[in-house]
Amino acid sequence: MTKLVPNLTAHWDETDSYTIAGYQRHGGYSAVKKSFELGPDAVIAEVKESGLRGRGGAGFPTGMKWGFVPQGDGKPHYLVVNADESEPGACKDIPLMMANPHSLVEGVIIAAYAIRANQAFIYIRGETPHPIRRVRQAVADAYAAKLLGKNILGSGFDLEVVVHSGAGAYICGEETALLDSLEGRRGQPRLKPPFPAVAGLYASPTVVNNVETIASVPAVINNGAAWYKSFGTEKSPGIKLFAVSGDVKRPGIFEAPLGITMRELIDYAGGMVSERPVKFFVPGGSSVPLLTPEHLDVPLTYEDMAAHGTMLGTGTPMVFDTSRSVTQAVVRWIEFYKHESCGKCTPCREGTYFMVDILKRLEKGKGQISDLDLLVDISAQISGRSFCALGDAAATPVPAALKYFREEFETKLVGVK
Amino acid sequence: MAITETTKSELRELISRYPEPRSALLPMLHLVQSVEGYVTQEGIDVCAQEVGLTTAEVSAVASFYTMFKRYPVGKHHVGVCVNSLCALKGGDSIWRRITNELGIGHDETSADGQITLERIECQAACTHAPVMTVNWEFMDDMDEAKAVTLISNLRSNKEVKSTRGPKVRTFKDVSRTIAGFDDGLVDEPGIDEAMLAGLKAAKQAGS
Repeated sequence: MTKLVPNLTAHWDETDSYTIAGYQRHGGYSAVKKSFELGPDAVIAEVKESGLRGRGGAGFPTGMKWGFVPQGDGKPHYLVVNADESEPGACKDIPLMMANPHSLVEGVIIAAYAIRANQAFIYIRGETPHPIRRVRQAVADAYAAKLLGKNILGSGFDLEVVVHSGAGAYICGEETALLDSLEGRRGQPRLKPPFPAVAGLYASPTVVNNVETIASVPAVINNGAAWYKSFGTEKSPGIKLFAVSGDVKRPGIFEAPLGITMRELIDYAGGMVSERPVKFFVPGGSSVPLLTPEHLDVPLTYEDMAAHGTMLGTGTPMVFDTSRSVTQAVVRWIEFYKHESCGKCTPCREGTYFMVDILKRLEKGKGQISDLDLLVDISAQISGRSFCALGDAAATPVPAALKYFREEFETKLVGVK
Repeated sequence: MAITETTKSELRELISRYPEPRSALLPMLHLVQSVEGYVTQEGIDVCAQEVGLTTAEVSAVASFYTMFKRYPVGKHHVGVCVNSLCALKGGDSIWRRITNELGIGHDETSADGQITLERIECQAACTHAPVMTVNWEFMDDMDEAKAVTLISNLRSNKEVKSTRGPKVRTFKDVSRTIAGFDDGLVDEPGIDEAMLAGLKAAKQAGS
């Protein structure tokens, strides 16, 4: 059985885990000092060496992303933390900001130092006032402790941090839409290239990283890349927050090495809530294809998930037992994408609309057999033809559901029952 | 309530936090919403003046984001998550029950002006499904009975406490918090069993 490794969550059971005193009691902010001794290039090298990959869903290597920022270009650089957690199923960054916001702030200082940014933003989802309070306080306390502002700890490095609230748009989790939103515009994605590392916020070099990614950096610096790589697999090194929800006895946050299996996570979550077994699960948020009980022992890594036609995504599995309807789950996910489509490109805007119409017809028992092929066809028309990843995400639930549960869809056709 | 000089100076304070004025626009819209209960034409006009945009440009931004309301919101904004997981775990039945109870539907306000209902999307609290929100504060692990009590308490101005957060205030109050003004409530409890599930399991297993 893979062992859990509480790292970011290690002190959440202490009543002051979210305060600067609580954080510093366990060595908090020592990684900032160490980073200043190493120098920015060595920090990037260490993060590269650790193999840390983006925890927001895409899994892009973090050190490599930082390395793309041109140096000595004379332009201001920006670090933007994507704290707009809104993916259905994802619920790890919000708890992290509530319980351990200083790990994020410390990670921000180190990352900004590494990419030579003197201004950082934490873009937090607007609908989450309590995490906003906690992160704002953490930033204020870091300023008071001279860990932010001018000449941090006598290093000569200056950093200003602004905590920014979004306003209810899932699309702003897409990094270029987030940047447009942070510039005070409608949150619509930008054409890439140029990538944010070259022309991001205010057309300047910008790194956008997920909360968990940035919060993982202090431990990598403190304990070293070799320590971090001692967890997980070669291609998916390290530790991850797994938020397990759905029909398990004790849904919650489980911090474990990558490579833990769904069966093990369900076990840690106390097993299934009833005697009913797993019918399907979604390993990384609704934007990744679902899996079935035959996949319970597949390691939760980037590469193993890809080998089984899905993705690790946000690493926040939703588990559904045999009492649940896959068609009902799918229609709500597609309704979500329809609502959250920004409208910029036709395949996503119109395609999600068509799919909802057809799925609702099926739910009413008025579907035709041709509707099932039409759903697959529309998904294929959206996927890869949309402006950004939201469209691709909208195209994932239906084909996977039809692949494993076509018979359930067929019970929804006219004349059946 | 009109937008006063005090609010205008707070809007300028928000602008001063950013390298470019326009970046403050979302927080500014939250702030004008906190004053008037929704984003009024006056709110749009004032934001446009302060940032140096046209009212059309500001309207275009305000209308893009679900949190900005272009009609009066009740004293409390109540959300019911109806995304897949919450819906199947009871969100749908909660929604049916309280819409019946209140006699209103999505984006509508009760006749007493106490409650505006909204079918909301995933709130990043799936480990606490089914989830509701009151003025965006978490109301976790709900069921029909709890939802009915919640609605009744809100309507009769009884004290209601978020399961991970402070005592419930008003939609206007929380809009101000979201805009980026401290409310002194940071120390209200925010950690619960589900957030500690893994740590507990690890300690039991001796890792």
